[in-house]
Amino acid sequence: MPVSIRKIAGIDLELFEDGAGPPLLLLHPGRGFVASDAYVALLTKHRRLIAPSHPGFGNSSLPLWLDHPSDIAIVYLELLDALGLARIDVIGGSIGGWITAEMACMAPERFNKIVLVGPVGVKTGPSDKLDMPDVFAIAPDKLPTLLFHDPSKRRDPASMSDDELAISVRNWETVALLAWEPYMHNPKLKQRLHRVKNPTLFLRGESDGLISADYLAKYAALLPNATTATIAAAGHVPESEQPEAFVTKVLSFLES
Amino acid sequence: MRAWHFSENAYPYLPPADSYESIRVTLPNRNYDPRKGAELYDRFLDEWCIAEDEGMEIMLNEHHQTATCVDPAAPLVLAALARLTKKARLLILGNPIANRRQPVRVAEEMALVDVLSRGRVEVGFVRGVPYEIAAANSNPVYTNERHWEALDLIIKAWTTHDGPFSHEGRFFHHRMINIWPRPFQQPHPPVWVSTTSPSGAARVGARGFVQATFLTGFDGTRAVFDAYRKGWHEAGRGNDVPLDRLAYAALIYVAPSEREARAGAEKLLWYVTSNKISPQFVNPPGYVPVPTVVKALRGASAPGSNFPKAVTVDSAIERGIMFAGTPDQVHAQIKRMFDHVGGFGNLLIMGQAGFLEHDETVLGIRTFGREVYPRLKEEFRHPPAAAARAS
Repeated sequence: MPVSIRKIAGIDLELFEDGAGPPLLLLHPGRGFVASDAYVALLTKHRRLIAPSHPGFGNSSLPLWLDHPSDIAIVYLELLDALGLARIDVIGGSIGGWITAEMACMAPERFNKIVLVGPVGVKTGPSDKLDMPDVFAIAPDKLPTLLFHDPSKRRDPASMSDDELAISVRNWETVALLAWEPYMHNPKLKQRLHRVKNPTLFLRGESDGLISADYLAKYAALLPNATTATIAAAGHVPESEQPEAFVTKVLSFLES
Repeated sequence: MRAWHFSENAYPYLPPADSYESIRVTLPNRNYDPRKGAELYDRFLDEWCIAEDEGMEIMLNEHHQTATCVDPAAPLVLAALARLTKKARLLILGNPIANRRQPVRVAEEMALVDVLSRGRVEVGFVRGVPYEIAAANSNPVYTNERHWEALDLIIKAWTTHDGPFSHEGRFFHHRMINIWPRPFQQPHPPVWVSTTSPSGAARVGARGFVQATFLTGFDGTRAVFDAYRKGWHEAGRGNDVPLDRLAYAALIYVAPSEREARAGAEKLLWYVTSNKISPQFVNPPGYVPVPTVVKALRGASAPGSNFPKAVTVDSAIERGIMFAGTPDQVHAQIKRMFDHVGGFGNLLIMGQAGFLEHDETVLGIRTFGREVYPRLKEEFRHPPAAAARAS
């Protein structure tokens, strides 16, 4: 596996790098980066894929000071410096989309095009209604129906090694650390996203029970140059459920 | 040995358990009748006062959004007890400081009640059970870290008397800390910490605070107390841990006859059997270490839950989570626990739960106070708490 550990800002970052072509930064969703997912091989045929595991996910360390997606955004800007990448395309999914949005507000000039897949990060609705279901208040056995078009596609703990299971449990713990309060959003982000004039594609799986079409549209409307699109027969992680459709859509946007 | 009467202030008048998912966090409060609630508060306060009359000390605790313990602001009830009682020690076990946003406010509340009671308060700090997390909207990650930072800040606020100081920590920030009143007891009220895990107990032992553990049974309690003693010893506090540093909480019901004792014990079991909780609130992410969660997912018992699924009075006694019977029987059960765990100096008596009525509760308190407590005090002596106060 083309995986290394890189020290960035004092953090041991697990970094997956593979493929050839224009570089593409991939910021994974809460489930973590799963190199064996089919979409990864499809992307690396066309692009040099750079996929860090966020601090506290995978085998990346988590320093005590770090507790917000914007902390990770700064770490990743430093990662781009270390890799000598002045400008790059980026895909960010779910909480990785939130990190991407934070990075883009901080340094829009570091990006070409941006793809946000079922992203969290902003609050669009009224104060007495959550923009998305409270994933920490839902029975664990009901979560897959929210996250997948076909809930049987979830990773079954029984089929995972102890190490994989430990990583998955730790990933979920870090999601809680980062997104507990304010729930799944940074209230300031809405006031900053207008800075992001890059061509941006907001994607969601048609059956995503977390990110509604309305939320995606309102999020996209905060950026001056954003469009939205849907992937059929997919949930919150469309790259995993519909790898071909996902990669086709993403590459056609990035390379248009 | 000191005995503490403890009541959770439960509200038992609920619809059938199969009509709701969880008695904690989500059970709508339309099921709570404030008139009945007012009567219950009066009753439970009366029972604490009766326990004082019988020579016992008083303990209360705090939970949120639950019918099992309608005491979401325990310092308020503590303040009421400070005025209703005259001599009993008043233990609040405890303040859920990992879930409180302002440790200095907690220091103020405790100092106020300590003065109000003329120095009778014993201040417990708890990390809080996992199902407190949702009700407090508290991040489940780093609860231990918040707990200890808050605890140290509270003690510093109690013991700093020369004007404002500041705290800029990892989790809490406060400038101009200069609490009024300062505590009545010097240098500060005795500090208790509850934990049911050996790793937590070692840290409490190193600090020398009073260690309480709840319903951990024979082997679980011994593991906690052994870890405490190890932590105590390794911190250079000496070889012998004073008995008054250790506390065990069990469901306890004593009555003159076996028949009455059995009937009361059956009712007391409500505390265990009514604790129906949705799984997502039992194990919030980050509350227990990753390896523990992995084991649970592999089929071990759920973390955060010491409670057996099916429990009877006999099995609860067998496990050491309940002491019930006649005075002789209960005395023998407590002695067996005492000997098994290497001794403890504080017995926390969960003496009321569910539908155990007032007269039944009082019978339990009086029978314990008159027939069991004198023997425990005689047999299991320990130096006064003040002699071994923690730093």
